[in-house]
Amino acid sequence: MALKIVKGSIDRMFDKNLQDLVRGIRNHKEDEAKYISTCIDEIKQELKQDNIAVKANAVCKLTYLQMLGYDVSWAAFNIVEVMSSSKFTYKRIGYLAASQCFHEGTDVIMLTTNQIRKDLSSPNQYDTGVALTGLSCFVTPDLARDLANDIMTLMSHTKPYIRKKAVLIMYKVFLKYPESLRPAFPRLKEKLEDPDPGVQSAAVNVICELARRNPKNYLSLAPLFFKLMTSSTNNWVLIKIIKLFGALTPLEPRLGKKLIEPLTNLIHSTSAMSLLYECVNTVIAVLISLSSGMPNHSASIQLCVQKLRILIEDSDQNLKYLGLLAMSKILKTHPKSVQSHKDLILQCLDDKDESIRLRALDLLYGMVSKKNLMEIVKKLMLHVDKAEGTTYRDELLTKIIDICSQSNYQYITNFEWYISILVELTRLEGTRHGHLIASQMLDVAIRVKAIRGFAVAQMATLLDNAHLLTGNTQRNGICEVLYAAAWICGEFSEHLEDPMQTLEAMLRPKVATLPGHIQAVYVQNAAKLFATVLQKHEGETDSQAAQETSQLLIDRLPLFVQSANLEVQERASCILQLVKYIQKLQQKNVEVAEEVTALFAGELNPVAPKAQKKVPIPEGLDLDAWINEPPSESESEDEKPKVVFAKEEPKHYRSRHTEVDEKELARRREVRKQEQANNPFYIKASPSSQKVYDAPGVEHIPVVQIDLSVPLKVPGMPMSDQYLKLEEERRQKEKAERKKKEKKKKREKRGKGRKADSGPESEEDITPAHQVDIVTEEMPENALPSDDDDKDPNDPHKALDIDLDNLLSGFSSRPLADSEKLPVRTHRPEVLKSPAEDRDSKSVPQETKKKSSKEKKEKKKDKEKDRKRSKEEKKKKKKHKEVEEELLESQPEEAVQSEETKEAAAPPTSTSAEASDLDFWLSSAPVPPAAAQEVTAPSSAAAVDTSSAAAPESEPDEPKDTEPEDTKSSKHKKKKQKKEKEEKEKKKKKRHHHHHHHGDAGGEDSVQNGTVEEEEPLPPMSNYSLLAENSYIKMVYDIQGNHQDESKVVVSVIFENKSDSFLKSMEFNVLDSLNSKLQRPEGAGPHDGLTVPFQLPPGVSNEARFVFSVQSIVMPQKLKGTLTFIVKSDESSTHEKLDFKLHFTCTSYLITTPCYSDAYAKLLESGDLKGSSLRLEGINMPFHHLLARICFHHHFSVVERIDSCASMYSRSIQGHHVCLLVKTSDQTVSIDAKCDEPSLLGNVLDEIKQTFSKC
Amino acid sequence: MIKAILIFNNHGKPRMSKFYEHYTEDTEQQIIRETFHLVSKRDENVCNFLEGGLLIGGSENKLIYRHYATLYFVFCVDSSESELGILDLIQVFVETLDKCFENVCELDLIFHLDKVHNILAEMVMGGMVLETNMSEIITQVEAQGKMEKSETLTLLFICQSMRQSQASRFSSKIS
Repeated sequence: MALKIVKGSIDRMFDKNLQDLVRGIRNHKEDEAKYISTCIDEIKQELKQDNIAVKANAVCKLTYLQMLGYDVSWAAFNIVEVMSSSKFTYKRIGYLAASQCFHEGTDVIMLTTNQIRKDLSSPNQYDTGVALTGLSCFVTPDLARDLANDIMTLMSHTKPYIRKKAVLIMYKVFLKYPESLRPAFPRLKEKLEDPDPGVQSAAVNVICELARRNPKNYLSLAPLFFKLMTSSTNNWVLIKIIKLFGALTPLEPRLGKKLIEPLTNLIHSTSAMSLLYECVNTVIAVLISLSSGMPNHSASIQLCVQKLRILIEDSDQNLKYLGLLAMSKILKTHPKSVQSHKDLILQCLDDKDESIRLRALDLLYGMVSKKNLMEIVKKLMLHVDKAEGTTYRDELLTKIIDICSQSNYQYITNFEWYISILVELTRLEGTRHGHLIASQMLDVAIRVKAIRGFAVAQMATLLDNAHLLTGNTQRNGICEVLYAAAWICGEFSEHLEDPMQTLEAMLRPKVATLPGHIQAVYVQNAAKLFATVLQKHEGETDSQAAQETSQLLIDRLPLFVQSANLEVQERASCILQLVKYIQKLQQKNVEVAEEVTALFAGELNPVAPKAQKKVPIPEGLDLDAWINEPPSESESEDEKPKVVFAKEEPKHYRSRHTEVDEKELARRREVRKQEQANNPFYIKASPSSQKVYDAPGVEHIPVVQIDLSVPLKVPGMPMSDQYLKLEEERRQKEKAERKKKEKKKKREKRGKGRKADSGPESEEDITPAHQVDIVTEEMPENALPSDDDDKDPNDPHKALDIDLDNLLSGFSSRPLADSEKLPVRTHRPEVLKSPAEDRDSKSVPQETKKKSSKEKKEKKKDKEKDRKRSKEEKKKKKKHKEVEEELLESQPEEAVQSEETKEAAAPPTSTSAEASDLDFWLSSAPVPPAAAQEVTAPSSAAAVDTSSAAAPESEPDEPKDTEPEDTKSSKHKKKKQKKEKEEKEKKKKKRHHHHHHHGDAGGEDSVQNGTVEEEEPLPPMSNYSLLAENSYIKMVYDIQGNHQDESKVVVSVIFENKSDSFLKSMEFNVLDSLNSKLQRPEGAGPHDGLTVPFQLPPGVSNEARFVFSVQSIVMPQKLKGTLTFIVKSDESSTHEKLDFKLHFTCTSYLITTPCYSDAYAKLLESGDLKGSSLRLEGINMPFHHLLARICFHHHFSVVERIDSCASMYSRSIQGHHVCLLVKTSDQTVSIDAKCDEPSLLGNVLDEIKQTFSKC
Repeated sequence: MIKAILIFNNHGKPRMSKFYEHYTEDTEQQIIRETFHLVSKRDENVCNFLEGGLLIGGSENKLIYRHYATLYFVFCVDSSESELGILDLIQVFVETLDKCFENVCELDLIFHLDKVHNILAEMVMGGMVLETNMSEIITQVEAQGKMEKSETLTLLFICQSMRQSQASRFSSKIS
């Protein structure tokens, strides 16, 4: 029997899977917690088992419990165990659990690095997928750093399923490890044009997310996105791109102009509401960015507003909501177009859906004018009455105040009306915005001098009827207005008709039930009133009244002296003593009024909220410096002083310093805010800041019905409605008067046609009822210029504000530095498509070489462009339609343009060309061919140059490059011209051929060392040399060392499809030698070829990278290889092959490594190096060109340069140092070289010699 | 970015929660409660968007939800997502669940939380939309399901034999 029970329990223990657990929980509704705790005990037992299946089951259950809110972090290690199972089923369970409960603080996470790396490179795509998905949830900075390179490799995986996940996760990697952004960006950009729509969408997703935070860095991608936008049919992608454009347009108004048309087309054509809505949104953003609107923009606005109206009128509440949301954006810049839909918006105020009502309220904010403010507010007040006791009513209240107070009470013509509105709002029982009303009262009374008399009268009545406001609850939010009322009555007591009565009202015993801070104001202002009363009675012979007042104070104040509130107590006792003293004086018939009033003399001016910030810090004041030395923190617990008495002291100090923790600070800040809010002298200008007052928790206060049988409508206190009538009457009167005047005028000069006096009143016609002088806020005299609101320093996206343009355009001087490259683990063989950094180092030379040649041109071009632009503008003004046509035309032109660039140049180069083309692209009118040429030439020339240098026979093919059938003859002509130019350029290049120079790091270093490099522009150079070509395909290649791995070099091959057919299934194979081997993926045989990870449409080129391992690097090598591929045309497909020879020079094993002169000297002194030398005759290029050539072609960097002598340094992938001393005199160059490997040195020198003999 | 995806029933019981930012378990529960509170008090025929609760970013984030029979599907997103797009995505999600579970109901989600997660993982990754094409999602889910099945068959066998051996060890100890 016992056996049976035990066996049963064991069975159950193993049997209980997720379903059983869920069922169990559902069956134990009464004691769920208890049941779960026993389950957790069971799970703990299961996790102790060796069996991975049992563990996985347990972890699966934990995932469920985690969702129910149980902390399962104690099982983190077991989760890692399950993750590392070889079975996909368990691995997935493990990763799921990890993604649900791992975070940066999880310490076992560092154990996962290798496991994840293994999974990422798993041959099973779902293992990789699961690892990527999991990693996306718990990636830490460490993981991101260690795995960035692996993930980047996956971005070019053959399976789109992996590619898209890898692309997407890069965003998370960037966030955690911002250094990876620059090296990874080119490839990410490449993925924008991935053949798989999913991958493309992922890339768009990531770039949009990046660009949203730092839009300016991504402006250069605009042409590419534009192309995608006009070509893509995927609504998701379109929406993302369109949203991105919305973020970009504020930075580049010209972009907006270009966008309007395709967006308008989309608006007209799309049936997807989501797309339509985003288009409208972006058009709005564009229109906002184009402040000086062209006339045809009003059409766009009309279109938007019209479409939005359709949305708002739709029965679908979602569309209605979004329509209102978008409308509010238009409102900011084009209020007039929205105002015509006032009817619709007011209608939405009655909608049953609260979110829609709120959005409609937002819109009202911008729809008011001087003319309709009163009317709209009246409507809102009606809603306020209807919406008793809801949060919506509070929202209404704040909106009313927002609307009225916006832009410095711009629309208020009658402040008496506004004050009475505020007073009416005080009737709202249970609102939590008492603060808001109070601050408005204070603000108006202080800043509008003319209204003070009226305001004081109103406030006095409020104070008199205070019992209505306070009701029974003393913590009622609305009683805050009493604070304002008391202060206003006190401060401006000279306007009071009967100060004595108000004083009496303020000293009623009931006041003691008010919150402390209000009582304090009461007491203080009672004293002010007292002073006023004294002043009034001073002249009178009968001092009875004055003495009565003193007596009143002396009678009433003791109540406050007993107050529990310190502030009240202090003020009360102080004032009590003062009054007692005054009474004594009064009895002696001494005149005291003058002196008492002096206590409160002086005008209080409002101070701008930022005033304090703007006070410049005096020189020499360091607020962070310690005044007294802080107690030393280093003192540890163990080193307690031995003296018994001193024991207490240090502890005490420490606690005092550490106790001010975050919470405490936050609390203090809150208190300070509260204080400021209550401080009438601290005025907040913007309505938004007023929301700070929202006291949380006030809403829980029970709502007490106001006793309406005693109406607030006190005789002599006009209601706001009356003002509406009064105002209308007044306006009528004014209008009539104006008419009269006009008539008079007209009578005077009859000849001059009619004036449109019958039209509607315009804004300016309405004059304020009384002169309002809004006192401006005070600022310190030497206020600093306005500072922008600082960004949140904790924003993780701040770190991603990385300039990417210089990766793309050749202009900038910041190519990827070695330190920026991604760390690569050396123990893992790199499979195909190579590490990231070589791609970058590849693009570096391409960039820099352009930089130099463009540096000078750039300035010229800028000037030219400016001129062009101004010309264009003139043109535009003249002939609007024409420009529009041109705009249309320029777009297809664009496509041709970029394609051409691509044809001619390798991908990295075309990238940069596109980037530098941004300006060109944006200047939408067609550019004279010459100018266009100037922009594209350098980039295309770069690649053309290479090919022409290495393979002159390829040249005749060039102009034949696939031309899309152009129908427009003008375009055709232009293109031809361009071609011609290009060829000319090419020839020029040839002539120039002897002037190749400049290098990547070399350029940087030499500048660093003070040499002037800008003496003469450096012509572009390329290291790419021809590998092989036939009528279908051309391959150029470059070899770069990989400095993280001493036995690997990366060969980048650019494949260019020269045919009209589609090239696919390309396989790259090399016959390995003993010394050099192509790195093949795991599982592949030693003679298998590598699939090139892309296909080539006609005329397109793309780059692939292959990793080779080398053993000895001292000798140059040649490897034979074959490329096989399928040529697919419409009718047929044929198998083709192309043989080639890869030449590994010794140079390609060298890596540009910067070296400092002292280290260099030490190296030479060490004597480990063996020397050799070389003489070159008949070199007639400038010395710095020569250096640049060595730097660029042979991967050296300049250590130091003195006149015509320079020392250079490079390092091989296996760590050999190579030092050169280059001297020149009269066309003779002598190179003394030292290296710790003589044969390597000999070969390198031979190669250098060859380079120069070629020139 | 999608900040969180929550599924809970009409009583606020969580059926699935996926947070793309880290919160403690307690906060997560509070967020679910808060969201439920916000969403459940809304009428059936009002709009499907509302401002996020205070715990999950406040007004910077939007809650976009759909209510199906007994379940609420809530996506908490920031301003970079298109509201209508997400609404469509929820539809895709639910339809995918429906296909994968064959007439999905609340009980399916309750008993197969892991499967729901796996389906979701094919749609949304790390808070970003990965795939919106339903057939593609289903293909991938099914392919993985197949893999799992082939693995579990062999495992079942191993498991069983192991359990027997353990049980016999226990019984020998007792006897």
